[in-house]
Amino acid sequence: MSKAMHSTPMLDQLEGGPWPSFITGIKRLAQDEGKPYQEMMIDLLGQLEHSYETRKGYWKGGTVGVLGYGGGVIPRFSEVAAKYPASKEFHTLRIQPPAGMHYTTKLIRQMCEVWEKHGSGLIAFHGQSGDIMFQGTTSEKVQGAFDEFNEMGFDLGGAGPAVRTGMSCVGAARCEHSCANEQKIHRLLVNNFLDDMHRPALPYKFKFKVSGCPNDCMNAIERADMAVIGTWRDNLKVDQAEVTAFVANKGRKYVIDNVITRCPTQALSLNDDDTLAVDNRNCVRCMHCINVMTKALDVGDEKGVTILMGGKRTLKIGDLMGTVVVPFMKLETEEDYDRIKEMAASAIEFFADNALEHERLGEMIERIGLVNFLEEMGLPVDPNMIAEPRQSSYVRMDEWDGEASKWFARKQEEKEARAA
Amino acid sequence: MAAPRMPIESGVPDPFQYMHPIMARNFGAWKHHERPRPGVLCHTAKSQEQIWTVRAGTQRQMDVYTIRKLCDIADKYADGYVRFTIRSNIEFMVGDHNKVEPLIQELTAEGFPVGGTGPSVSMIAHTQGWLHCDIPGTDASGVVKALMDELYEEFIHEQMPNRVHITTSCCQINCGGQGDIAINIQHTKPPKINHDLVANVCERPTVVARCPVAAIRPALVNGKPSLEVDEKKCMCCGACYPPCPPMQINDPEHSKLAIWVGGNHSNARSKPTFQKLVAAGIPNNPPRWPEVAAIVKNILQVYKTDARDWERLSDWVARIGWPRFFELTELPFTKFHIDNWRGSRRSLNASTHIRF
Repeated sequence: MSKAMHSTPMLDQLEGGPWPSFITGIKRLAQDEGKPYQEMMIDLLGQLEHSYETRKGYWKGGTVGVLGYGGGVIPRFSEVAAKYPASKEFHTLRIQPPAGMHYTTKLIRQMCEVWEKHGSGLIAFHGQSGDIMFQGTTSEKVQGAFDEFNEMGFDLGGAGPAVRTGMSCVGAARCEHSCANEQKIHRLLVNNFLDDMHRPALPYKFKFKVSGCPNDCMNAIERADMAVIGTWRDNLKVDQAEVTAFVANKGRKYVIDNVITRCPTQALSLNDDDTLAVDNRNCVRCMHCINVMTKALDVGDEKGVTILMGGKRTLKIGDLMGTVVVPFMKLETEEDYDRIKEMAASAIEFFADNALEHERLGEMIERIGLVNFLEEMGLPVDPNMIAEPRQSSYVRMDEWDGEASKWFARKQEEKEARAA
Repeated sequence: MAAPRMPIESGVPDPFQYMHPIMARNFGAWKHHERPRPGVLCHTAKSQEQIWTVRAGTQRQMDVYTIRKLCDIADKYADGYVRFTIRSNIEFMVGDHNKVEPLIQELTAEGFPVGGTGPSVSMIAHTQGWLHCDIPGTDASGVVKALMDELYEEFIHEQMPNRVHITTSCCQINCGGQGDIAINIQHTKPPKINHDLVANVCERPTVVARCPVAAIRPALVNGKPSLEVDEKKCMCCGACYPPCPPMQINDPEHSKLAIWVGGNHSNARSKPTFQKLVAAGIPNNPPRWPEVAAIVKNILQVYKTDARDWERLSDWVARIGWPRFFELTELPFTKFHIDNWRGSRRSLNASTHIRF
């Protein structure tokens, strides 16, 4: 018979109700007679109940890792180990999932076996950073667990001031809105910076996120230092027979109220014969009409990506959205993919050299101004980067003529490229 | 002695080896999709091949027995393939639509709610909390379990005006991210400093630099080098606590919960928006946080009743205006709702557009 279970009257109240209970799951592990993690999970429940009673957390960090890497393990040592000794050490391994979070049951079962042997039997699919979180093991067992995952083809993710685990949507694997090869971009970018992921030495974290269309299901604009979002630059595709069928089914009022008048740039109009007129020059690719009329409307054929940089959450100067640094680029040839890879490398290098300690890319850009960043990156300015031009006259502009001729020269080049 | 094993720096794995064959075969060649019922998507490829996706909620933090049960279900109905969404929902992909209904029945019988698609309240994106974080003001999984019990019907049905993403964060760093509704810790008292430990535990210049309002300065306390906080300047964000644990910010009574609304990452209709404060001072009340649940349910009910189809919470408030939001939800509007952080003038009403 193992050690006794702690009394957990507060946690017990999280076992009722219709939603699946993580407490029931942890209790199951704590009742697993003879398993190496049993006592750890008994004391984990004890410590968690103690947190619920006192309304405080009792974990502190430390230094635990695997050979060859400086990050990827989240060390947790209990401050109340005297009362709950078996969960004294409860470290997490962040493991990067396959891009798009696809799994076979065979793979998941293998992962469960490893974690039963080396860990707590508790796994989170997935953490906010996009990692599989293998939660709860001792300092001694971290290396053994990692070695087995690593041999299965899995690698640790990022933690601390490093390139972090990236995320990409299901995208081209199942979504007709996909304007990019999300998994390829995700893997190309993250896997090119594994040294910066595994050996944290940046001013602060750096995140890549990839969404295949402007619905941005990966929340890239708000959370990624470099957001790559699929879009298109030719016309919205309209299947007029399907439009007419949709109007016949839903009624004109529904279509006017939910599609036509919801277009943010008033680029849509319903014709008298119940077909759709689109002012493509003024469409901003917001996705709303496509989301409503999934059969009738579709993204265009000339696909590519918009790149935004500088998104982050609260610390330190407040929330920042990523803003446009590349309005549109195609990702078709290997040269195109090389270009995006080089762009990421320049951003990280400039960030490493110029950001203050604990400053995110967006904060650095806020501090030095977008133009200084763009010039270092070798990216041309574009009116798609702004919501509106400058309002303040407090700026020195004696280089105006040179800058204006750059613009005209670029427009001329683009015109010639289009003609060629 | 054998040479130590060095890691294989393999990075992000190639997903094709784990992808359902119908998805792999039709990669980049999908035509359209429909939602035959809540929790089910049907995608049709240009090849005319179809795939049904059945989405179910999970508790995210799962024991191996729960995970194996989900694997058994996937083996039985979904050819042994699954995927997860960003909100910890599991998806089973099915090529034969006759398997959809039995799959839904088995998931429901095993206690996994089928839903989270379209205009529903999806699973709450959340952080680690007391279970694993080193700086948590509250729990995460427990708050989410308690809330999802209350919002269960809204998960399994599609009765909201548009999708609702809820997030929770156990400190003000807000790892939970932006949501239509966000439930976040808001500290209300400055950190309590253990001056005996600061010199040994904290890199003092780093901590001074970390403060967003420059309220921390080095000081000699009881003859020991330590830090002191100008409590008039301090806005109790807790940014000093991670680099300096002796600056204890978490407090069982004074670490409260605040509710923010209108965060939206999609570009559909309006540009993406950040969430805005609507309620604060809510007690951190485990194990079921009833005060939080009551406010969230009230906001959802008002939104459900008053918003038009396809309006996200942010779109709805943009149409009806903030005065009406506070009127309809009966939440108090206070001086704390008026922003005073940098750039805050853009949030003031510089017009005579007034709502009565």
